[in-house]
Amino acid sequence: MKERKVNRSFWGNLVISVVLTVVAVFMALPLVYSIMNAFKPLDELFLFPPRLFVRRPTLKNFSDLFYLMGTSFVPFSRYLFNSIFISFFGTLGHVLIASMAAYPLAKHKFPGSKFLFNLVIFSLMFSGYVTNIPRFIIMAKLRLLDSYLSLILPYIGATLGLFLMKQFMEQIPDSYIESARIDGANEFKIWWYVIMPNVKPAWLTLILFSFREIWNDTYTPSLYIHNEALKPFSLGLTYIQQGGFVRAGAGAAAAVLMLIPSIIIFIITQSNVVETMKSAGIKG
Amino acid sequence: MKDKKLRNVWKEIKKNKESYLLILPYFTLFLIFIVIPVLFGAILSFTNYNIIQTPKFIGWSNYKRLFLEDDIFLIAIQNTFKFALITGPISYFACLLFAWLINELSPKVRAITTLLYYAPALSSAIFFIWTYIFSGDVYGFLNGILINLGIIKEPIYWLQDPNINLYVLMIIQLWMSLGTSFLAFIAGFQTIDRSLYEAGAIDGIRNRWQELWYITLPSMKPQLIFGAIMQVTTSFAVADISANLIGFPSPLYSAHTIVLHMWDYGSIRYEMGYASAIAVILFFITVSINQWVRRILRSD
Repeated sequence: MKERKVNRSFWGNLVISVVLTVVAVFMALPLVYSIMNAFKPLDELFLFPPRLFVRRPTLKNFSDLFYLMGTSFVPFSRYLFNSIFISFFGTLGHVLIASMAAYPLAKHKFPGSKFLFNLVIFSLMFSGYVTNIPRFIIMAKLRLLDSYLSLILPYIGATLGLFLMKQFMEQIPDSYIESARIDGANEFKIWWYVIMPNVKPAWLTLILFSFREIWNDTYTPSLYIHNEALKPFSLGLTYIQQGGFVRAGAGAAAAVLMLIPSIIIFIITQSNVVETMKSAGIKG
Repeated sequence: MKDKKLRNVWKEIKKNKESYLLILPYFTLFLIFIVIPVLFGAILSFTNYNIIQTPKFIGWSNYKRLFLEDDIFLIAIQNTFKFALITGPISYFACLLFAWLINELSPKVRAITTLLYYAPALSSAIFFIWTYIFSGDVYGFLNGILINLGIIKEPIYWLQDPNINLYVLMIIQLWMSLGTSFLAFIAGFQTIDRSLYEAGAIDGIRNRWQELWYITLPSMKPQLIFGAIMQVTTSFAVADISANLIGFPSPLYSAHTIVLHMWDYGSIRYEMGYASAIAVILFFITVSINQWVRRILRSD
Protein backbone atom coordinates (compact mmCIF):
# COMPACT_ATOMS: atom_id res chain seq x y z
CA MET A 1 0.00 0.00 0.00
CA LYS A 2 1.50 3.33 -0.95
CA GLU A 3 1.50 6.39 1.30
CA ARG A 4 -1.31 8.78 0.71
CA LYS A 5 -0.41 12.22 -0.45
CA VAL A 6 -2.78 14.28 1.67
CA ASN A 7 -1.00 16.54 4.15
CA ARG A 8 0.43 14.78 7.17
CA SER A 9 2.17 17.53 9.06
CA PHE A 10 5.06 16.70 11.37
CA TRP A 11 3.44 18.48 14.31
CA GLY A 12 0.17 16.73 13.71
CA ASN A 13 1.92 13.39 13.88
CA LEU A 14 3.77 14.40 17.01
CA VAL A 15 0.62 15.49 18.82
CA ILE A 16 -1.11 12.28 17.82
CA SER A 17 1.75 10.13 19.09
CA VAL A 18 1.78 11.97 22.41
CA VAL A 19 -2.00 11.62 22.82
CA LEU A 20 -1.92 7.93 21.96
CA THR A 21 0.89 7.33 24.43
CA VAL A 22 -0.77 9.21 27.28
CA VAL A 23 -4.01 7.29 26.78
CA ALA A 24 -2.11 4.01 26.53
CA VAL A 25 -0.52 4.75 29.92
CA PHE A 26 -3.93 5.55 31.43
CA MET A 27 -5.38 2.31 30.07
CA ALA A 28 -2.44 0.17 31.08
CA LEU A 29 -1.61 1.66 34.47
CA PRO A 30 -4.29 -0.12 36.54
CA LEU A 31 -3.51 -3.40 34.81
CA VAL A 32 0.22 -3.02 35.31
CA TYR A 33 -0.36 -1.95 38.90
CA SER A 34 -2.36 -5.05 39.70
CA ILE A 35 0.09 -7.32 37.92
CA MET A 36 2.86 -5.73 39.98
CA ASN A 37 0.84 -6.05 43.20
CA ALA A 38 0.28 -9.70 42.49
CA PHE A 39 4.02 -10.28 42.83
CA LYS A 40 4.65 -7.95 45.77
CA PRO A 41 5.42 -9.29 49.25
CA LEU A 42 3.16 -7.96 51.99
CA ASP A 43 5.45 -5.17 53.18
CA GLU A 44 5.77 -3.76 49.67
CA LEU A 45 2.01 -3.63 49.26
CA PHE A 46 1.74 -1.11 52.06
CA LEU A 47 4.63 1.19 51.38
CA PHE A 48 4.39 4.92 51.72
CA PRO A 49 4.82 6.53 49.26
CA PRO A 50 3.32 3.74 47.12
CA ARG A 51 5.54 2.27 44.48
CA LEU A 52 4.30 0.98 41.15
CA PHE A 53 7.04 -1.54 40.44
CA VAL A 54 7.81 -4.60 42.48
CA ARG A 55 11.30 -4.91 44.00
CA ARG A 56 11.45 -8.41 45.42
CA PRO A 57 8.92 -10.40 43.39
CA THR A 58 7.32 -13.38 45.11
CA LEU A 59 4.74 -15.98 44.20
CA LYS A 60 3.36 -16.03 47.73
CA ASN A 61 0.16 -14.21 46.75
CA PHE A 62 -0.66 -16.95 44.27
CA SER A 63 0.04 -19.74 46.71
CA ASP A 64 -2.04 -17.86 49.31
CA LEU A 65 -4.86 -17.82 46.85
CA PHE A 66 -4.75 -21.57 46.40
CA TYR A 67 -3.81 -22.74 49.89
CA LEU A 68 -5.48 -20.21 52.14
CA MET A 69 -8.67 -20.26 50.15
CA GLY A 70 -8.30 -23.99 49.69
CA THR A 71 -9.17 -24.47 53.33
CA SER A 72 -12.03 -22.00 53.26
CA PHE A 73 -15.67 -22.88 52.86
CA VAL A 74 -15.48 -23.32 49.10
CA PRO A 75 -12.05 -24.02 47.69
CA PHE A 76 -10.75 -21.44 45.31
CA SER A 77 -10.17 -24.05 42.62
CA ARG A 78 -13.90 -24.75 42.67
CA TYR A 79 -14.70 -21.19 41.59
CA LEU A 80 -12.16 -21.53 38.85
CA PHE A 81 -13.61 -24.83 37.67
CA ASN A 82 -17.14 -23.39 37.61
CA SER A 83 -16.03 -20.48 35.48
CA ILE A 84 -14.16 -22.64 33.04
CA PHE A 85 -17.10 -25.02 32.79
CA ILE A 86 -19.79 -22.43 32.11
CA SER A 87 -17.54 -20.36 29.85
CA PHE A 88 -16.66 -23.39 27.76
CA PHE A 89 -20.16 -24.77 27.30
CA GLY A 90 -21.82 -21.37 27.09
CA THR A 91 -19.42 -20.28 24.37
CA LEU A 92 -19.57 -23.53 22.45
CA GLY A 93 -23.35 -23.58 22.53
CA HIS A 94 -23.58 -19.94 21.52
CA VAL A 95 -21.27 -20.30 18.54
CA LEU A 96 -23.06 -23.39 17.24
CA ILE A 97 -26.65 -22.38 17.84
CA ALA A 98 -26.28 -18.72 16.86
CA SER A 99 -24.52 -19.54 13.60
CA MET A 100 -27.03 -22.27 12.84
CA ALA A 101 -29.77 -19.64 13.07
CA ALA A 102 -27.72 -16.99 11.30
CA TYR A 103 -27.35 -19.03 8.13
CA PRO A 104 -31.00 -19.10 7.00
CA LEU A 105 -31.49 -15.52 8.18
CA ALA A 106 -28.58 -14.39 5.99
CA LYS A 107 -29.19 -16.53 2.97
CA HIS A 108 -32.86 -17.47 2.68
CA LYS A 109 -35.98 -15.42 2.42
CA PHE A 110 -38.78 -17.08 4.27
CA PRO A 111 -41.91 -15.78 5.99
CA GLY A 112 -40.89 -14.11 9.23
CA SER A 113 -37.15 -14.01 8.59
CA LYS A 114 -36.98 -10.26 8.34
CA PHE A 115 -39.20 -9.76 11.36
CA LEU A 116 -37.12 -12.09 13.50
CA PHE A 117 -33.87 -10.39 12.57
CA ASN A 118 -35.31 -6.95 13.25
CA LEU A 119 -36.37 -8.25 16.63
CA VAL A 120 -32.76 -9.23 17.31
CA ILE A 121 -31.51 -5.79 16.30
CA PHE A 122 -34.17 -4.20 18.45
CA SER A 123 -33.02 -6.21 21.44
CA LEU A 124 -29.55 -4.70 21.08
CA MET A 125 -31.16 -1.41 22.05
CA PHE A 126 -31.84 -2.23 25.67
CA SER A 127 -29.56 -3.80 28.20
CA GLY A 128 -29.97 -7.28 29.60
CA TYR A 129 -30.81 -5.78 32.96
CA VAL A 130 -34.29 -4.97 31.66
CA THR A 131 -35.13 -8.65 31.45
CA ASN A 132 -33.60 -9.70 34.77
CA ILE A 133 -36.64 -9.72 37.05
CA PRO A 134 -38.94 -11.78 34.81
CA ARG A 135 -36.00 -13.95 33.83
CA PHE A 136 -35.45 -14.73 37.47
CA ILE A 137 -39.08 -15.81 37.82
CA ILE A 138 -38.88 -17.89 34.64
CA MET A 139 -35.70 -19.54 35.91
CA ALA A 140 -37.44 -20.31 39.18
CA LYS A 141 -40.45 -21.83 37.39
CA LEU A 142 -38.20 -23.93 35.16
CA ARG A 143 -36.34 -25.05 38.31
CA LEU A 144 -33.09 -23.78 36.85
CA LEU A 145 -31.99 -21.63 39.78
CA ASP A 146 -28.77 -22.85 41.34
CA SER A 147 -27.72 -24.82 38.32
CA TYR A 148 -25.05 -24.43 35.68
CA LEU A 149 -27.79 -24.26 33.06
CA SER A 150 -29.05 -20.94 34.44
CA LEU A 151 -25.66 -19.50 33.64
CA ILE A 152 -25.23 -21.21 30.29
CA LEU A 153 -28.60 -20.99 28.52
CA PRO A 154 -29.09 -17.20 28.47
CA TYR A 155 -25.64 -16.70 26.98
CA ILE A 156 -26.32 -19.21 24.23
CA GLY A 157 -29.22 -17.00 23.18
CA ALA A 158 -27.08 -13.83 23.26
CA THR A 159 -28.10 -11.40 20.54
CA LEU A 160 -24.87 -9.66 19.59
CA GLY A 161 -23.37 -12.92 18.34
CA LEU A 162 -26.31 -13.76 16.12
CA PHE A 163 -26.27 -10.26 14.68
CA LEU A 164 -22.54 -10.34 13.86
CA MET A 165 -22.71 -13.85 12.44
CA LYS A 166 -25.66 -13.07 10.17
CA GLN A 167 -24.05 -9.89 8.85
CA PHE A 168 -20.84 -11.73 8.12
CA MET A 169 -22.53 -14.67 6.40
CA GLU A 170 -24.19 -12.36 3.91
CA GLN A 171 -20.94 -11.94 2.03
CA ILE A 172 -20.64 -15.62 1.20
CA PRO A 173 -21.37 -16.00 -2.52
CA ASP A 174 -24.68 -17.69 -3.23
CA SER A 175 -22.98 -19.87 -5.81
CA TYR A 176 -21.30 -21.89 -3.01
CA ILE A 177 -24.68 -22.78 -1.63
CA GLU A 178 -26.17 -23.46 -5.07
CA SER A 179 -23.49 -25.92 -6.05
CA ALA A 180 -23.77 -27.74 -2.75
CA ARG A 181 -27.50 -27.97 -3.25
CA ILE A 182 -27.03 -29.42 -6.73
CA ASP A 183 -24.80 -32.05 -5.14
CA GLY A 184 -27.80 -32.99 -3.03
CA ALA A 185 -26.79 -31.54 0.32
CA ASN A 186 -29.57 -30.58 2.72
CA GLU A 187 -29.59 -27.24 4.51
CA PHE A 188 -28.05 -28.64 7.66
CA LYS A 189 -25.16 -30.10 5.69
CA ILE A 190 -24.71 -26.86 3.76
CA TRP A 191 -24.51 -24.96 7.02
CA TRP A 192 -21.92 -27.28 8.48
CA TYR A 193 -19.76 -28.11 5.45
CA VAL A 194 -20.11 -25.01 3.28
CA ILE A 195 -20.95 -22.05 5.48
CA MET A 196 -19.07 -22.74 8.70
CA PRO A 197 -15.62 -23.23 7.11
CA ASN A 198 -16.11 -19.91 5.32
CA VAL A 199 -16.99 -17.84 8.37
CA LYS A 200 -14.03 -18.68 10.58
CA PRO A 201 -13.37 -15.00 11.45
CA ALA A 202 -16.96 -14.68 12.64
CA TRP A 203 -16.96 -17.70 14.91
CA LEU A 204 -13.63 -16.72 16.38
CA THR A 205 -15.20 -13.35 17.14
CA LEU A 206 -18.20 -15.01 18.74
CA ILE A 207 -15.84 -17.10 20.85
CA LEU A 208 -14.09 -13.97 22.07
CA PHE A 209 -17.25 -11.99 22.83
CA SER A 210 -19.12 -14.86 24.40
CA PHE A 211 -16.18 -15.95 26.54
CA ARG A 212 -15.54 -12.39 27.62
CA GLU A 213 -19.17 -11.96 28.59
CA ILE A 214 -19.47 -15.16 30.60
CA TRP A 215 -16.02 -15.07 32.19
CA ASN A 216 -16.45 -11.52 33.48
CA ASP A 217 -20.09 -11.53 34.48
CA THR A 218 -20.71 -11.01 38.17
CA TYR A 219 -24.30 -9.84 37.94
CA THR A 220 -26.07 -12.85 36.42
CA PRO A 221 -24.54 -15.43 38.77
CA SER A 222 -25.27 -13.22 41.77
CA LEU A 223 -28.95 -13.40 40.82
CA TYR A 224 -29.35 -17.06 39.94
CA ILE A 225 -26.77 -18.82 42.07
CA HIS A 226 -26.98 -19.01 45.82
CA ASN A 227 -25.15 -22.27 46.28
CA GLU A 228 -21.59 -21.25 47.07
CA ALA A 229 -20.17 -24.32 45.34
CA LEU A 230 -21.64 -23.29 41.98
CA LYS A 231 -20.47 -19.69 41.93
CA PRO A 232 -17.99 -18.63 39.26
CA PHE A 233 -14.55 -17.13 39.68
CA SER A 234 -15.76 -13.60 38.85
CA LEU A 235 -17.95 -13.68 41.96
CA GLY A 236 -15.26 -15.33 44.07
CA LEU A 237 -13.06 -12.46 43.04
CA THR A 238 -15.39 -9.85 44.46
CA TYR A 239 -15.46 -11.74 47.77
CA ILE A 240 -11.68 -11.81 47.92
CA GLN A 241 -11.66 -8.12 47.22
CA GLN A 242 -14.22 -7.47 49.95
CA GLY A 243 -11.76 -9.10 52.34
CA GLY A 244 -10.06 -5.71 52.23
CA PHE A 245 -6.40 -5.05 52.53
CA VAL A 246 -5.64 -8.25 54.36
CA ARG A 247 -6.15 -9.93 51.06
CA ALA A 248 -4.88 -7.18 48.78
CA GLY A 249 -2.09 -9.41 47.53
CA ALA A 250 -4.31 -12.41 46.92
CA GLY A 251 -6.85 -10.12 45.25
CA ALA A 252 -4.26 -8.84 42.82
CA ALA A 253 -3.12 -12.39 42.11
CA ALA A 254 -6.73 -13.38 41.39
CA ALA A 255 -7.10 -10.37 39.10
CA VAL A 256 -4.10 -11.54 37.10
CA LEU A 257 -5.59 -15.02 36.74
CA MET A 258 -8.83 -13.40 35.66
CA LEU A 259 -7.05 -11.27 33.10
CA ILE A 260 -4.89 -13.88 31.38
CA PRO A 261 -7.45 -16.04 29.51
CA SER A 262 -9.30 -13.12 27.89
CA ILE A 263 -6.06 -11.48 26.83
CA ILE A 264 -4.77 -14.70 25.28
CA ILE A 265 -8.01 -15.27 23.39
CA PHE A 266 -7.96 -11.70 22.11
CA ILE A 267 -4.35 -11.96 20.95
CA ILE A 268 -5.23 -15.11 19.01
CA THR A 269 -8.43 -13.75 17.51
CA GLN A 270 -7.67 -10.04 17.04
CA SER A 271 -7.25 -9.89 13.27
CA ASN A 272 -10.31 -12.10 12.76
CA VAL A 273 -12.37 -9.93 15.09
CA VAL A 274 -11.54 -6.82 13.11
CA GLU A 275 -12.37 -8.71 9.91
CA THR A 276 -15.77 -9.64 11.34
CA MET A 277 -16.57 -6.20 12.63
CA LYS A 278 -16.19 -4.83 9.11
CA SER A 279 -19.65 -6.19 8.40
CA ALA A 280 -21.09 -5.17 11.78
CA GLY A 281 -22.87 -2.06 10.57
CA ILE A 282 -26.55 -1.28 10.94
CA LYS A 283 -28.01 0.42 7.90
CA GLY A 284 -30.27 3.25 8.93
CA MET B 1 -58.34 -14.14 -2.77
CA LYS B 2 -57.20 -13.95 0.83
CA ASP B 3 -57.38 -17.71 1.02
CA LYS B 4 -55.03 -18.05 -1.88
CA LYS B 5 -52.55 -15.69 -0.29
CA LEU B 6 -52.63 -17.64 2.93
CA ARG B 7 -52.12 -20.85 1.03
CA ASN B 8 -49.11 -19.30 -0.67
CA VAL B 9 -47.60 -18.32 2.64
CA TRP B 10 -48.18 -21.83 3.92
CA LYS B 11 -46.47 -23.19 0.83
CA GLU B 12 -43.53 -20.88 1.44
CA ILE B 13 -43.32 -22.05 5.03
CA LYS B 14 -43.38 -25.69 3.99
CA LYS B 15 -40.77 -25.09 1.35
CA ASN B 16 -38.49 -23.50 3.94
CA LYS B 17 -39.05 -26.02 6.67
CA GLU B 18 -35.34 -26.73 7.00
CA SER B 19 -34.69 -23.03 7.57
CA TYR B 20 -37.17 -23.05 10.43
CA LEU B 21 -35.53 -26.09 11.92
CA LEU B 22 -32.15 -24.36 11.83
CA ILE B 23 -33.39 -21.25 13.59
CA LEU B 24 -35.54 -23.14 16.08
CA PRO B 25 -32.99 -23.73 18.89
CA TYR B 26 -31.76 -20.15 18.89
CA PHE B 27 -35.14 -18.52 18.74
CA THR B 28 -36.51 -20.80 21.44
CA LEU B 29 -33.87 -19.40 23.79
CA PHE B 30 -34.43 -15.90 22.45
CA LEU B 31 -38.12 -16.27 23.16
CA ILE B 32 -37.65 -17.64 26.68
CA PHE B 33 -34.92 -15.29 27.83
CA ILE B 34 -35.65 -12.06 25.96
CA VAL B 35 -39.08 -11.77 24.33
CA ILE B 36 -41.15 -13.34 27.08
CA PRO B 37 -39.27 -11.52 29.88
CA VAL B 38 -39.88 -8.15 28.22
CA LEU B 39 -43.60 -8.81 27.77
CA PHE B 40 -43.98 -10.56 31.11
CA GLY B 41 -42.13 -7.69 32.81
CA ALA B 42 -44.48 -5.15 31.26
CA ILE B 43 -47.46 -7.07 32.63
CA LEU B 44 -45.88 -7.54 36.05
CA SER B 45 -45.27 -3.82 36.33
CA PHE B 46 -49.02 -3.37 36.80
CA THR B 47 -49.17 -5.86 39.63
CA ASN B 48 -48.16 -6.40 43.19
CA TYR B 49 -46.10 -9.59 43.25
CA ASN B 50 -43.81 -11.01 45.89
CA ILE B 51 -43.10 -14.39 44.22
CA ILE B 52 -45.01 -16.36 46.88
CA GLN B 53 -48.56 -15.06 46.51
CA THR B 54 -50.27 -14.72 43.14
CA PRO B 55 -49.80 -11.32 41.48
CA LYS B 56 -52.52 -8.79 42.17
CA PHE B 57 -53.45 -6.25 39.48
CA ILE B 58 -53.01 -2.73 40.81
CA GLY B 59 -53.12 -0.54 37.70
CA TRP B 60 -50.70 2.34 37.50
CA SER B 61 -49.90 2.35 41.22
CA ASN B 62 -46.31 1.22 40.82
CA TYR B 63 -45.59 4.00 38.37
CA LYS B 64 -47.34 6.59 40.49
CA ARG B 65 -45.38 5.49 43.51
CA LEU B 66 -42.12 5.66 41.55
CA PHE B 67 -42.56 9.20 40.39
CA LEU B 68 -44.59 10.72 43.20
CA GLU B 69 -43.39 9.01 46.36
CA ASP B 70 -40.04 7.40 45.74
CA ASP B 71 -37.47 10.17 46.20
CA ILE B 72 -34.62 7.71 45.93
CA PHE B 73 -35.80 6.63 42.49
CA LEU B 74 -35.65 10.25 41.36
CA ILE B 75 -32.07 10.42 42.64
CA ALA B 76 -31.35 7.22 40.71
CA ILE B 77 -32.78 8.69 37.51
CA GLN B 78 -30.80 11.86 37.98
CA ASN B 79 -27.55 10.01 38.60
CA THR B 80 -28.11 7.65 35.69
CA PHE B 81 -28.76 10.49 33.27
CA LYS B 82 -25.83 12.49 34.55
CA PHE B 83 -23.66 9.45 34.17
CA ALA B 84 -24.94 8.48 30.73
CA LEU B 85 -24.95 11.98 29.28
CA ILE B 86 -21.32 12.43 30.26
CA THR B 87 -19.81 8.99 29.69
CA GLY B 88 -21.97 8.08 26.67
CA PRO B 89 -20.87 10.84 24.28
CA ILE B 90 -17.30 10.96 25.60
CA SER B 91 -16.83 7.22 25.22
CA TYR B 92 -18.44 7.22 21.78
CA PHE B 93 -16.16 9.94 20.46
CA ALA B 94 -13.17 8.40 22.21
CA CYS B 95 -13.87 5.09 20.46
CA LEU B 96 -14.07 6.93 17.16
CA LEU B 97 -11.06 9.18 17.69
CA PHE B 98 -8.74 6.44 18.89
CA ALA B 99 -9.87 4.01 16.23
CA TRP B 100 -9.10 6.68 13.67
CA LEU B 101 -5.68 7.52 15.10
CA ILE B 102 -4.78 3.86 15.50
CA ASN B 103 -5.73 3.24 11.90
CA GLU B 104 -2.79 5.33 10.74
CA LEU B 105 -0.24 3.22 12.59
CA SER B 106 1.72 0.38 11.07
CA PRO B 107 -0.05 -2.98 11.42
CA LYS B 108 2.19 -4.27 14.22
CA VAL B 109 1.98 -1.14 16.36
CA ARG B 110 -1.72 -1.02 15.60
CA ALA B 111 -2.26 -4.54 16.93
CA ILE B 112 -0.42 -3.77 20.18
CA THR B 113 -2.19 -0.45 20.69
CA THR B 114 -5.56 -2.06 20.03
CA LEU B 115 -4.81 -4.72 22.64
CA LEU B 116 -3.78 -2.11 25.21
CA TYR B 117 -6.83 0.06 24.62
CA TYR B 118 -9.26 -2.82 24.49
CA ALA B 119 -7.80 -4.73 27.47
CA PRO B 120 -9.89 -2.98 30.16
CA ALA B 121 -13.15 -3.63 28.30
CA LEU B 122 -11.98 -7.15 27.58
CA SER B 123 -11.52 -8.03 31.22
CA SER B 124 -14.24 -5.89 32.72
CA ALA B 125 -14.53 -7.94 35.93
CA ILE B 126 -11.20 -6.70 37.18
CA PHE B 127 -12.39 -3.13 37.51
CA PHE B 128 -12.13 -3.71 41.25
CA ILE B 129 -8.38 -3.07 41.05
CA TRP B 130 -9.38 0.59 41.03
CA THR B 131 -10.22 0.25 44.73
CA TYR B 132 -6.50 0.00 45.40
CA ILE B 133 -5.88 3.13 43.36
CA PHE B 134 -8.77 5.18 44.75
CA SER B 135 -8.60 3.79 48.26
CA GLY B 136 -9.47 6.49 50.80
CA ASP B 137 -6.45 6.10 53.08
CA VAL B 138 -2.81 7.02 52.58
CA TYR B 139 -2.06 3.54 51.20
CA GLY B 140 -4.30 4.20 48.26
CA PHE B 141 -2.08 4.62 45.23
CA LEU B 142 -3.45 7.99 44.17
CA ASN B 143 -3.65 9.46 47.67
CA GLY B 144 -0.13 8.26 48.42
CA ILE B 145 1.27 9.87 45.31
CA LEU B 146 -0.60 13.14 45.81
CA ILE B 147 0.37 13.41 49.49
CA ASN B 148 3.96 12.57 48.69
CA LEU B 149 4.07 15.29 46.06
CA GLY B 150 2.57 17.73 48.56
CA ILE B 151 -0.51 18.40 46.43
CA ILE B 152 -2.93 17.35 49.17
CA LYS B 153 -2.43 17.05 52.91
CA GLU B 154 -5.26 14.78 53.92
CA PRO B 155 -6.25 11.67 51.98
CA ILE B 156 -9.31 12.16 49.79
CA TYR B 157 -12.18 9.71 50.14
CA TRP B 158 -12.50 9.20 46.42
CA LEU B 159 -15.13 6.50 46.58
CA GLN B 160 -16.96 7.51 49.75
CA ASP B 161 -17.31 11.28 49.38
CA PRO B 162 -20.82 11.78 47.95
CA ASN B 163 -19.71 14.93 46.16
CA ILE B 164 -17.15 13.23 43.99
CA ASN B 165 -17.72 9.49 43.90
CA LEU B 166 -20.04 9.57 40.88
CA TYR B 167 -17.32 11.34 38.91
CA VAL B 168 -14.74 8.82 40.04
CA LEU B 169 -17.04 6.11 38.71
CA MET B 170 -17.25 7.94 35.40
CA ILE B 171 -13.49 7.81 35.06
CA ILE B 172 -13.52 4.09 35.72
CA GLN B 173 -16.39 3.59 33.27
CA LEU B 174 -14.54 5.53 30.60
CA TRP B 175 -11.49 3.41 31.27
CA MET B 176 -13.40 0.30 30.27
CA SER B 177 -15.53 1.81 27.54
CA LEU B 178 -13.34 1.24 24.50
CA GLY B 179 -15.21 -1.95 23.80
CA THR B 180 -17.23 -3.45 20.98
CA SER B 181 -17.84 -0.10 19.28
CA PHE B 182 -14.14 0.64 19.33
CA LEU B 183 -13.44 -2.61 17.48
CA ALA B 184 -16.26 -1.91 15.05
CA PHE B 185 -14.81 1.52 14.29
CA ILE B 186 -11.31 0.13 13.76
CA ALA B 187 -12.84 -2.30 11.30
CA GLY B 188 -14.90 0.47 9.73
CA PHE B 189 -11.84 2.56 9.00
CA GLN B 190 -10.25 -0.40 7.27
CA THR B 191 -13.17 -0.97 4.92
CA ILE B 192 -12.95 2.40 3.28
CA ASP B 193 -12.09 2.31 -0.34
CA ARG B 194 -8.62 3.82 -0.77
CA SER B 195 -9.45 5.26 -4.16
CA LEU B 196 -11.94 7.60 -2.47
CA TYR B 197 -9.02 9.28 -0.74
CA GLU B 198 -7.12 9.72 -3.97
CA ALA B 199 -10.18 11.19 -5.60
CA GLY B 200 -10.63 13.43 -2.57
CA ALA B 201 -7.06 14.68 -2.77
CA ILE B 202 -7.69 15.70 -6.38
CA ASP B 203 -10.94 17.40 -5.37
CA GLY B 204 -9.07 19.63 -2.97
CA ILE B 205 -9.07 17.82 0.36
CA ARG B 206 -6.06 19.21 2.16
CA ASN B 207 -5.75 17.67 5.60
CA ARG B 208 -6.78 14.66 7.60
CA TRP B 209 -9.67 16.46 9.28
CA GLN B 210 -11.34 17.22 5.98
CA GLU B 211 -10.63 13.69 4.87
CA LEU B 212 -12.28 12.35 8.01
CA TRP B 213 -15.32 14.57 7.75
CA TYR B 214 -16.03 14.43 4.02
CA ILE B 215 -14.94 10.94 3.08
CA THR B 216 -14.33 8.60 5.99
CA LEU B 217 -17.27 9.18 8.30
CA PRO B 218 -19.99 9.17 5.62
CA SER B 219 -18.69 5.86 4.29
CA MET B 220 -18.75 4.11 7.64
CA LYS B 221 -22.21 5.20 8.74
CA PRO B 222 -23.46 1.65 9.40
CA GLN B 223 -20.61 1.13 11.90
CA LEU B 224 -21.33 4.51 13.47
CA ILE B 225 -24.95 3.53 14.06
CA PHE B 226 -24.00 0.14 15.46
CA GLY B 227 -21.44 1.75 17.78
CA ALA B 228 -23.92 4.34 19.00
CA ILE B 229 -26.40 1.65 19.96
CA MET B 230 -23.72 -0.22 21.90
CA GLN B 231 -22.57 2.87 23.80
CA VAL B 232 -26.04 4.17 24.64
CA THR B 233 -27.17 0.79 25.91
CA THR B 234 -24.17 0.32 28.20
CA SER B 235 -23.98 3.88 29.49
CA PHE B 236 -27.52 3.70 30.88
CA ALA B 237 -26.97 0.30 32.44
CA VAL B 238 -24.33 1.26 34.97
CA ALA B 239 -24.62 -0.69 38.21
CA ASP B 240 -21.86 -3.23 38.81
CA ILE B 241 -19.06 -0.76 39.27
CA SER B 242 -21.13 1.32 41.66
CA ALA B 243 -22.20 -1.63 43.81
CA ASN B 244 -18.75 -3.20 43.88
CA LEU B 245 -16.52 -0.16 44.25
CA ILE B 246 -18.65 2.15 46.34
CA GLY B 247 -20.95 -0.34 48.00
CA PHE B 248 -24.67 -0.65 48.17
CA PRO B 249 -26.34 1.59 49.10
CA SER B 250 -23.87 4.33 48.36
CA PRO B 251 -23.46 7.18 50.89
CA LEU B 252 -26.52 9.47 50.54
CA TYR B 253 -27.37 7.44 47.42
CA SER B 254 -24.75 9.51 45.62
CA ALA B 255 -23.96 6.68 43.21
CA HIS B 256 -27.42 5.11 43.09
CA THR B 257 -28.63 4.23 39.59
CA ILE B 258 -31.79 2.95 37.93
CA VAL B 259 -30.43 -0.57 37.62
CA LEU B 260 -29.38 -0.60 41.27
CA HIS B 261 -32.81 0.60 42.32
CA MET B 262 -34.35 -2.22 40.34
CA TRP B 263 -31.95 -4.71 41.86
CA ASP B 264 -32.78 -3.42 45.33
CA TYR B 265 -36.51 -4.01 44.89
CA GLY B 266 -36.23 -7.15 42.77
CA SER B 267 -33.48 -9.08 44.47
CA ILE B 268 -33.54 -7.83 48.05
CA ARG B 269 -37.12 -6.85 48.80
CA TYR B 270 -38.75 -9.21 46.30
CA GLU B 271 -41.23 -6.56 45.20
CA MET B 272 -41.26 -7.90 41.67
CA GLY B 273 -44.06 -5.71 40.35
CA TYR B 274 -42.38 -2.55 41.50
CA ALA B 275 -38.99 -3.68 40.21
CA SER B 276 -40.57 -4.52 36.85
CA ALA B 277 -41.98 -1.01 36.58
CA ILE B 278 -38.42 0.28 37.00
CA ALA B 279 -37.26 -2.11 34.27
CA VAL B 280 -40.01 -0.89 31.95
CA ILE B 281 -38.89 2.70 32.47
CA LEU B 282 -35.29 1.78 31.77
CA PHE B 283 -36.46 -0.03 28.64
CA PHE B 284 -38.29 3.02 27.32
CA ILE B 285 -35.45 5.38 28.15
CA THR B 286 -32.78 3.38 26.33
CA VAL B 287 -34.93 2.39 23.37
CA SER B 288 -36.14 5.93 22.72
CA ILE B 289 -32.71 7.46 23.08
CA ASN B 290 -31.32 4.80 20.76
CA GLN B 291 -34.00 5.53 18.17
CA TRP B 292 -33.32 9.23 18.45
CA VAL B 293 -29.55 8.85 18.05
CA ARG B 294 -30.12 6.49 15.15
CA ARG B 295 -32.32 9.04 13.41
CA ILE B 296 -29.70 11.76 13.81
CA LEU B 297 -26.93 9.57 12.43
CA ARG B 298 -29.04 8.32 9.57
CA SER B 299 -30.16 11.73 8.34
CA ASP B 300 -26.85 13.53 8.58
